[in-house]
Amino acid sequence: MSRLLAPLALVALLLAAWEIAVRAMGIPAYFLPPPSGVAVALVENLPSLAAAAWVTLSTALIALVVASLIAVGLAVIVGLNPLLEAAVRPLASVLQVTPVVAIAPLVLIWAGIDHPERAIIALAVLVAFFPIFSGAVTGLRAADPDLERLFDLYGAGRWQRVMRLRLPSAVPFLLEGHKVGAGLAIIGAVVAEFGAGSGGVRGLAWQILDAGNKLQTARMIAALVVLGLMGVALHALLDRAERVGLTWWRGR
Amino acid sequence: MTLAALKDVEVDYDGRGRALGPIDLSVEAGEILALVGPSGCGKSTALRLLAGLEGPTRGTLERTPGRGETAVVFQAPTLAPWLTAQANVALPLELGGMPADEARRRAREALVRVGLSGAETARPATLSGGMAMRASLARAMVTEPRLLLLDEPFAALDEITRRTLADDVLNLWDASRPAIVFVTHNVEEAVYMADRVAVLTRGPGRLAGVARIEAPLPRPTGFRTSEVFRAAVERVSGLLAEGMEAVR
Repeated sequence: MSRLLAPLALVALLLAAWEIAVRAMGIPAYFLPPPSGVAVALVENLPSLAAAAWVTLSTALIALVVASLIAVGLAVIVGLNPLLEAAVRPLASVLQVTPVVAIAPLVLIWAGIDHPERAIIALAVLVAFFPIFSGAVTGLRAADPDLERLFDLYGAGRWQRVMRLRLPSAVPFLLEGHKVGAGLAIIGAVVAEFGAGSGGVRGLAWQILDAGNKLQTARMIAALVVLGLMGVALHALLDRAERVGLTWWRGR
Repeated sequence: MTLAALKDVEVDYDGRGRALGPIDLSVEAGEILALVGPSGCGKSTALRLLAGLEGPTRGTLERTPGRGETAVVFQAPTLAPWLTAQANVALPLELGGMPADEARRRAREALVRVGLSGAETARPATLSGGMAMRASLARAMVTEPRLLLLDEPFAALDEITRRTLADDVLNLWDASRPAIVFVTHNVEEAVYMADRVAVLTRGPGRLAGVARIEAPLPRPTGFRTSEVFRAAVERVSGLLAEGMEAVR
């Protein structure tokens, strides 16, 4: 219980200090609103913030599904052909180290100015792809070598080997990869929204930009709070999913 | 009838010298052959050759069993953790194209034969070491192989479990009489279970000698305390000692 109380107490303390300091020093609300001001903004803008959160979250989830399909599919193909893996690995790494903001303008042009939501999904896919791909490639190679020998012995075909040995063996790596990938998909979606700028897609990043333009600092921070809560909730959910998945896989 | 034979076979590690041989060794249908030797003598390599999982670097390997007629039990039970005991045992049959229903039915029967009835839905993680090894044996026997290879299958088990499993393997053998080759570094175990004990020298292993054990299989009760048993253990131990000397 105290494990849960300690961080809450710290947050309460920091908020109280913030509130008192802002009031005591007479800091203007457009520069730094007090927590109470943020709370008011949060309540007042709740419908639009919730809608924006849903836009960002659904974008990230779609991106996660797409990234998962591409990454696992590609890992399976690459796993059957070592030469192909040697060819693909460096390219995947280049994608991984290139910041998504730097690619955003290009992808926005390609996806078309009319469809910024597609560009944002594509960018989030790009970011979520690597940890899933990397985990899948490692996992597909992690099967017990003696089980591989048994599959040799029983004359298993390639496809049987993938479906009945390598993919099931990769499950712990896939769970980990998807957990990391989901977190990155949210970050990717938000960064891509910033890249897309105002207009088209009204997610949380747009809320922050829009409030900033209007100097509604309290609303900016409120949007940030929603973003943070969403991230924490998603992480907790995936953490739980990973643990349940692992327990099932291990059989206890 | 000879099921598998190594003729003047040598196996090299990848660029790190010789692992085994030169060695001549054959496995006859229905016999139980034990491979004994010091650590690193290439026993497991010899076993993988006989299984057809590896080829020799030099010399010839002759094998008659076809696809699905050879089975291997490794040192560890090597069960898939995500499958139930029954699904693990059914796997070789399903990979061979048998309909799932039929494969599961035979797997259940195989589990019963190794004394694991009731453990069908258990996952490997919930089985004890001895039970997991039995499931592994059931998986090997379910295809009714002509050649069964056991690579130190009891090494990780306690003495009592080892002895029980040794008798179980002999009873399973008696039911369908496959040829069995098993690797061990336990001389008593080799003498207790085998028709012939092939002793390898310190690595790279050559044949130090073969001892034939003159007693019926499965062993009569009290065999472990008999004069034949004691004499055979001494003979095999002598060959082992010679094999260690030969290299120096």
